[in-house]
Amino acid sequence: MSRSEDVLLMVSHVRHKKVEGTLFLMGERLAWSANSAGERLGVSHNYADIRSQKISPEGKAKIQLQLVLHTGDTCNFHFNNPEGNPEQLKDRDAVKELLQQLLPRFKSQVNKELEEKNRLLQEDPQLFQLYKDLVVSGVITAEEFWTNRAQTKQTNAAKGSQDIGVSASFLADIRPQSDGCNGIKYNLTADIIASIFKTYPAVKKTHAENVPHNLSEKEFWTRFFQSHYFHRDRINHGKDLFSDCAKNDEKDLHQIIQDKVKDSFLDLESLDETSFIKDEGYGNKSSDTSTAPKHSVNQAIIRRFNYHSTMVLEACRNKRSSEEDILSLGLGSSGDNSNSSSVLSHSLGPPSKKARLRDAISYEDLGESSSSSAPPLSLTGADRYLQGPSAIQQGEYTTSQDIHRATQHIKQEIGGYQADLTNVLPSSLAASVTAELSPGGVLMQTGMQQSLKELIPKDLQDELQSLYAALAELLRHFWQCFPVTTPALEEKVVRMKETLRRFQTTKMSPFQDKLRSQHLPTNLTDHLAEMISNAERKFATWSKKRGGRP
Amino acid sequence: MKINIDGLLVLFPYDYIYPEQYSYMVELKRSLDAKGHCVLEMPSGTGKTVSLLSLIVAYLKTSPKDVCKLIYCSRTVPEIEKVLEELRKLMEYYEKETGEPPNLIGLALSSRKNLCIHPEASTLQYGKEVDSQCHQMTASFVRTRHEQDPDVPVCDFYERFDALGRETLLPPGVYNLDDMKDVGREKGYCPYFMARYAITYANIVVYSYHYLLDPKIADLVSKELAMNSVVVFDEAHNIDNVCIDSMSVTINRRMLDRCQANVETLTRTVQRLKDTDQQRLRQEYSRLVEGLREANVARETDVVLSNPVLPDEVLQEAVPGNIRTAEHFVGFVKRFLEYLKARLRIQHVVQETPASFLKDLKEKVCLDRKPLRFCSERLNSLIRTLEIADLTDFSPLILLANFATLVSTYMKGFTLIMEPFDDRTPTISNPILNFSCMDASIAIKPVFDRFQSVVITSGTLSPLDMYPKILDFRPVNMASFTMTLARPCICPMIVGRGNDQVTMTSKFESREDVAIIRNYGNLLVDMSAVVPDGIVAFFTSYSYMESTVAAWYEQGIIENVQRNKLLFIETQSAAETSVALQKYQEACENGRGAILLSVARGKVSEGIDFEHHLGRAVVMFGIPYVYTQSRILKARLEYLREQFQIRENDFLTFDAMRHAAQCVGRVLRGKTDYGVMVFADKRFARSDKRGKLPKWIQEYLSDGMCNLTTDEAVQVSKKFLRQMAQPFRREDQLGLSLLTLDQLQTEDMKKRAQQTAHQAFMT
Repeated sequence: MSRSEDVLLMVSHVRHKKVEGTLFLMGERLAWSANSAGERLGVSHNYADIRSQKISPEGKAKIQLQLVLHTGDTCNFHFNNPEGNPEQLKDRDAVKELLQQLLPRFKSQVNKELEEKNRLLQEDPQLFQLYKDLVVSGVITAEEFWTNRAQTKQTNAAKGSQDIGVSASFLADIRPQSDGCNGIKYNLTADIIASIFKTYPAVKKTHAENVPHNLSEKEFWTRFFQSHYFHRDRINHGKDLFSDCAKNDEKDLHQIIQDKVKDSFLDLESLDETSFIKDEGYGNKSSDTSTAPKHSVNQAIIRRFNYHSTMVLEACRNKRSSEEDILSLGLGSSGDNSNSSSVLSHSLGPPSKKARLRDAISYEDLGESSSSSAPPLSLTGADRYLQGPSAIQQGEYTTSQDIHRATQHIKQEIGGYQADLTNVLPSSLAASVTAELSPGGVLMQTGMQQSLKELIPKDLQDELQSLYAALAELLRHFWQCFPVTTPALEEKVVRMKETLRRFQTTKMSPFQDKLRSQHLPTNLTDHLAEMISNAERKFATWSKKRGGRP
Repeated sequence: MKINIDGLLVLFPYDYIYPEQYSYMVELKRSLDAKGHCVLEMPSGTGKTVSLLSLIVAYLKTSPKDVCKLIYCSRTVPEIEKVLEELRKLMEYYEKETGEPPNLIGLALSSRKNLCIHPEASTLQYGKEVDSQCHQMTASFVRTRHEQDPDVPVCDFYERFDALGRETLLPPGVYNLDDMKDVGREKGYCPYFMARYAITYANIVVYSYHYLLDPKIADLVSKELAMNSVVVFDEAHNIDNVCIDSMSVTINRRMLDRCQANVETLTRTVQRLKDTDQQRLRQEYSRLVEGLREANVARETDVVLSNPVLPDEVLQEAVPGNIRTAEHFVGFVKRFLEYLKARLRIQHVVQETPASFLKDLKEKVCLDRKPLRFCSERLNSLIRTLEIADLTDFSPLILLANFATLVSTYMKGFTLIMEPFDDRTPTISNPILNFSCMDASIAIKPVFDRFQSVVITSGTLSPLDMYPKILDFRPVNMASFTMTLARPCICPMIVGRGNDQVTMTSKFESREDVAIIRNYGNLLVDMSAVVPDGIVAFFTSYSYMESTVAAWYEQGIIENVQRNKLLFIETQSAAETSVALQKYQEACENGRGAILLSVARGKVSEGIDFEHHLGRAVVMFGIPYVYTQSRILKARLEYLREQFQIRENDFLTFDAMRHAAQCVGRVLRGKTDYGVMVFADKRFARSDKRGKLPKWIQEYLSDGMCNLTTDEAVQVSKKFLRQMAQPFRREDQLGLSLLTLDQLQTEDMKKRAQQTAHQAFMT
């Protein structure tokens, strides 16, 4: 059984619609089954579908929990433990707690996708039009429409939302203001809170654990500002909410140190190979070290500063790592960058160490001038650049020999080319002909064309434009199926072919009729028709080829 | 390019050359011709290493009779690897030019930790552990045992090397640490012992100072190197401290307690052996009676730390009778240990000479000087006899034995200081015995005596005449080269006042002054607003840095700094600092910019470079005087005054300024690099301080820049940085600070190069 189906919590004696049953909380959904119904689940909701949970107020006789779904429906559970009210309350709270942890995880996941789609449609009117033309009118399904957009969407997201780093002094920027009567006031904005959470995951965790059921939001932050955690020069004594945080930080710090710096150029411990001898009593004890008491306040501050800066640095990196993956493909070899991202420098093996050594000893001004490296090309879909669109195959192949011969031939022809100067027009004549052919010349008088723009009414232009867009989209789908490698693609090709035909009849023909009715040249749609016929031809050759295959 | 240096054809692996590189090679050639020692100062980032290697390799090739080997000593492992890489580049150039690879072997030697390829031992984290694990698998008695009982683990790589490895020499080429490992893996030889063996026949050996200066290691590793070698000490500005450290011993109460435990273990083991295998002890005894030194062959792997240098005549003598049997020796050590324990139960500070210490020893517990001298040698023999494989446990006792040997061998140049507590924490009893070497020349003397040419070189050796004095040698040549620059790419300035005109200084009396601390803070804040990318700031000591940072936090200065850049701070833990350093680099790379607060004389100031954007400005908060209240230092100063007529203040200032120069020099790593250098202490402007800065910094430190306020300094830096950020092309440099072969050969240029060198010599 998959992990997602693991039962996290099971509570019996839960009534739903007056039927006694058992409530299950699983990895990805919540389920309830009536005792009488055997294995069948009476109610099952994915966490992703649940908008929120509500509980019956304290002191009420019935201990209930209500789930509100995104669709607006609700679903009530009545906890009916025979052992009495306190037990019922306990059951309910157990469910509530767990849901509280689970729901946020799923909430963001689902809606993000929908929101993203919505946003895309709103931001891009053309896409919206296309969506209306194709999906709403039922030419293709919404899913199909989005599957092809998925790629572009993702790259957009990567580019569009560049993460803002955390300011190193964000804690310091929270200035206490005295409120006039012996108190101080801190101003917290959402940004600052986000920064604190980003930089100190431990605080975030404490916040999630304690707010809102143990403490109110306000109380939480008050305690935060009172804690030694915020005031770093106070030595930790006694317990408070954040002593765990401090401990965790300490642990983190130790972990970071334990992990060691893999970069041998920076690892001070291994710089000097005989430094260990000093510990054993050889050499003069340097007067400065080992004198101060080990854990003075000052040293604690210094360690905390280092940790703070590290975390600030870390906070911006986490988000960036996905981007870096793309970049590192292009930049990996340029040496300079290899030490920038710690991801790379951590795996610093001998080959790159050698490169760095080389780098370190080379004098750029002494050596030959090296060509400046151009900015690296970062391709998201590299295969699109490597494979051009395949030409429509008419079944006539030219062998390489043919091509070779043809080029030879052309070479010969060009080699033997001589301008036939005797048959050329005299220059004066040529000039006069050119003049006649230019606008205003004799020959051009009748040919003064009205531009299409003036000729065709605005609404028709728009319609034509949307037609183009829609067709382009459809054709994109169509051509994307080639080369047809899987049965799914095969099916899609056939379907797209149908869609194209439908497009021709439902969209193109009315338009053509409209043109005709307004006495406009119908050749406006010639190009559209040509594109469609190209596609059809391709389809014909493909199906012929396929037909030939068993 | 091929250059003619004073009649020697030198292949230089670049198409262009800096004028000072040419001068450097000329001077170096002169010293080699004279077969003498020399001191050469050349700014960092001007290609010192490549000039050195080019010239000496050319020398090796043309007159192998005069110079047969180059021993290149560097300080850190990355430095060692860099040198090898430069050498490889040079060799590649030779091959390209002459059509055949030069018949030379160059290799790096490092500790087992960096060379071990044994699947288990190499995964250990600390060098000590690797050494001990190795010893447990390669000691001769372990191997004999293995012959009888194949279950006893031995190192296959060493076995194979021992069986076959010595017959075949390495083919010519350059072997970096990783290359040695590759060869080792390929052939199944132990890279460490292969390298140890190979340095006897290699032409170019690159290793750490300690292999030559530390008598405990040098005796083992560098004994058989040929006389007519050239020894180079690169980054040698700190060489006197290395020498002193290698001869000094510090013993505290904890160490003595551990010695006690060691002695007990020894007693037990001896007793057990006596019951089971008397034969072995008797053998040892008779061997010692004969006074035979054990054959070196077997010792190679057995000894981790050999005895400190002993005069040859002592080595010829037999071990004195009263410590020949194992039991007597253990008893002897026990008495010595008890004596030390008693001495450390003091209430006041005692300082005495080795002679009076020995006299007291004789009176109190009747221990003679002579057997003491054999202590470390005798202990080694015993440990071998007892077949103790895990030497790490015995390090306290070995230390004690070494101390006994040292204190009874050297009468001059050493002092004993016993302190019952640290001066700063007088309530906590923490007795320490310092046996301190005061004379740097003792450790380096064998090197100067033995080898034909010793080159001492660094970016910061000013004032040059100090080094021959404190190291007690007569150089045939001394030269300091300045940096020829097409644009002023350093901007040194002395900031003496804050905006409120309060003098800035780290003087001891006024360093707690709030106004001064604030002014220092404001300087940092203002600089962080105008300097792009990385800033490195150095404090004079850890304690000073800690108190200042805490004060800054209270004054809200840290917040202002953080508004501009991320802040990282060096701590006393090397691991923590490494992480901070890595994050600092990361922050500089990704464009956020960062500030690193660090400490002069700390690890960062000694081993890490901040090239290009990693360090666009460096701020020196105060003059990094050494902690002058230390008794060890006072004793050394006194000794220097009496022996070498060096005034205390001169030495202190010299020491402070070389560290300041080191710190500040970290940001400039080449002619295309640039950086602001801020000396934030009024006292820097005094001529005795300013005059001790390296020439290449002094040149750009004009009088107008010697007492700026914070605001003025910020304005100057702003202008400088804007100017420097303009594109800098080769054409701008060519002919001035960069020469082609043709330009080099013009008479005019030659004369100029000669002249600068000559001038340098005169100063």
